[in-house]
Amino acid sequence: MIAFLIKRVVQAIIVMFVISLVSFSIQDNLGDPLRELVGQSVSEAERQELRDEMGLNDPFLVQYARFAKNALQGDLGTSYFFKEPALEVILKKLPATLELVLGATLIIMLLSVPLGVYSAIKPYSLFSRAVMGFSIIGISVPVFLTAIGLIYLFSIELGWMPSFGRGETTQILGFWGSGFFTADGLAHLVLPCISLASIMLPLFIRLIRAEMMEVLQSEYVKFAWAKGLSPRRIYFLHALKNTMLPVITVGGVQIGTMVAYTILTETVFQWPGMGFLFLEAVNRVDTPLIVAYLIVVGAIFVVTNTLVDLIYGLVNPTVKLAGKK
Amino acid sequence: MALLEVRNLDVRFGLRSGEVQALRDINFSLERGERLGVVGESGAGKSVLGFSILNLLSQPGYIAGGEILFEGQNLAAMSPKQLRSIRGNRISMIFQDPMMTLNPVLTIGQQMVECLLAHRKISRKDARRIALQKLKQVQIPSPETRIDQYPHELSGGMRQRIVIAIGLLMDPDIIIADEPTTALDVTIQAEIMDLMLELCERNSVALILITHDLGIVSQVTRRAMVMYAGRIIEQGPTREIINDAQHPYTQGLMNALPQMAIPGQRLNQIRGSMPPLQNIPTGCAFNPRCDYVLDVCHRELPGFTRSGGCKVACHMVAQMKLEEEAAVHALEVK
Repeated sequence: MIAFLIKRVVQAIIVMFVISLVSFSIQDNLGDPLRELVGQSVSEAERQELRDEMGLNDPFLVQYARFAKNALQGDLGTSYFFKEPALEVILKKLPATLELVLGATLIIMLLSVPLGVYSAIKPYSLFSRAVMGFSIIGISVPVFLTAIGLIYLFSIELGWMPSFGRGETTQILGFWGSGFFTADGLAHLVLPCISLASIMLPLFIRLIRAEMMEVLQSEYVKFAWAKGLSPRRIYFLHALKNTMLPVITVGGVQIGTMVAYTILTETVFQWPGMGFLFLEAVNRVDTPLIVAYLIVVGAIFVVTNTLVDLIYGLVNPTVKLAGKK
Repeated sequence: MALLEVRNLDVRFGLRSGEVQALRDINFSLERGERLGVVGESGAGKSVLGFSILNLLSQPGYIAGGEILFEGQNLAAMSPKQLRSIRGNRISMIFQDPMMTLNPVLTIGQQMVECLLAHRKISRKDARRIALQKLKQVQIPSPETRIDQYPHELSGGMRQRIVIAIGLLMDPDIIIADEPTTALDVTIQAEIMDLMLELCERNSVALILITHDLGIVSQVTRRAMVMYAGRIIEQGPTREIINDAQHPYTQGLMNALPQMAIPGQRLNQIRGSMPPLQNIPTGCAFNPRCDYVLDVCHRELPGFTRSGGCKVACHMVAQMKLEEEAAVHALEVK
């Protein structure tokens, strides 16, 4: 277990190094931050001076070395727009985004397993066909269209749900503003979570169904039937446990991807999260903020993948984590 | 009353391209403690027969007609719940490939205990005790550690022992063993077979042994059936079938045994191959490959002719019997 963790930490450091290099290197191609920083009235000579002062004219490697040295001390630069440390600006927005992802993940887990299993057990039933049909639609329609459709139907026409923002939040653990503990906060979560889940949910239903159908054809499931076990035990223990192994692997990666998808959802719902912030940062050529965002999202990917590997090792007895007995 | 009696069993597969008859007109019976061999090429319907006895055919297969009478009760017409109380309890099954038969994510113990708990009202602790006892019976070394291991931690031979232990868990009346040693190492095959026979003998369990290995059938079983293209074409005492096969197909199988070949010569084989089930020739299904084919073989499905202790579905044998009787009759008249 310890050896496994050490191995993963070393891997994570390498991955983070590559991510930082790539995300830092794009900053030269994002346009001129000076144009946003200073007004029209500043002369070219003064701009040049300012660039020198900020180190923007140094060679790339010198700039990166400076950035890396600071980054190791937890300083990812200062946002040009907010005039605050970029990491702090992003971490302030992190709870909003993570709650959005958490809500969507809950929807996906609660719905995809029963629907996927049912449509694998009864592939020819009307309900299964309907699920499969809707899942194709769900995969095909882009998130922003789903989001706008939801707003139109539930906020404008029916007036049941708020259309933007996080609503009322409460502070938990001192720093985390959560929308999960007030009725208003929960109401604000519903539509964004549904639209964020709308792409991944059909994918998961289809994945679980396909895996489950394959497992149901296996010899060990036939043997379980020949043992006279109840269908419930066969479907939900023998088959489901084997079905979930590949689903866990794919699912973990997809949760990471969902953090990236929030950019669209947050924009449509004016959700004050990281994704929304990132899009604003791009518009303002706020390079330190962009770089910091990419690094934070990269770190989230690395952490979720490590967790997924750990869980997979615990669920699948044929995988031995180094040192696990 | 026979322990198991199969009458006019007819099994079909509803494929998109149309119905396919996988088994037709299967008739046989099995007495308590008896050992019956089922022989045939791949695709003859041996495994389908094994699965249909337990009414375990997977989609799109189904029992289209006939009866499977186990102690007088028709398994083909039972409710799923009644069937469950028979499967694994009164009739159990041993599969071909022990690498695939056990669930990879459950321990040996879990897979044994669940079977006991499904059929008997006993505590988990008692179930585990019985499981351990059965593991000892199949000569698993240090069963106390093995019972908490996962299938991948055991060798193929060991796994097949465990599958046999699961098959014997409820002291069933019948075990259907579908090629139980085919996937194993040759050195382990005999060991596993002996173990299975000994345990069947000791508990007077009837055995239906499905195999393509005529050697095993001749050593192990007292009665045998030969299947071809979904039909039983010859059945009777194993010794008669082995020593004096009547059906041209069975004769071909015997001649194809490597032991029958003359050193230095090519091995004998039956020319052609078994027809696919979608495309069985009219009349006798064996007619395109038969050396003794008659006109009638292309037109009519042969009925059964008695020959010694055997029943043979062959026009040629039927005709020979008729001629024989006529000759005997003529002698008597003289």
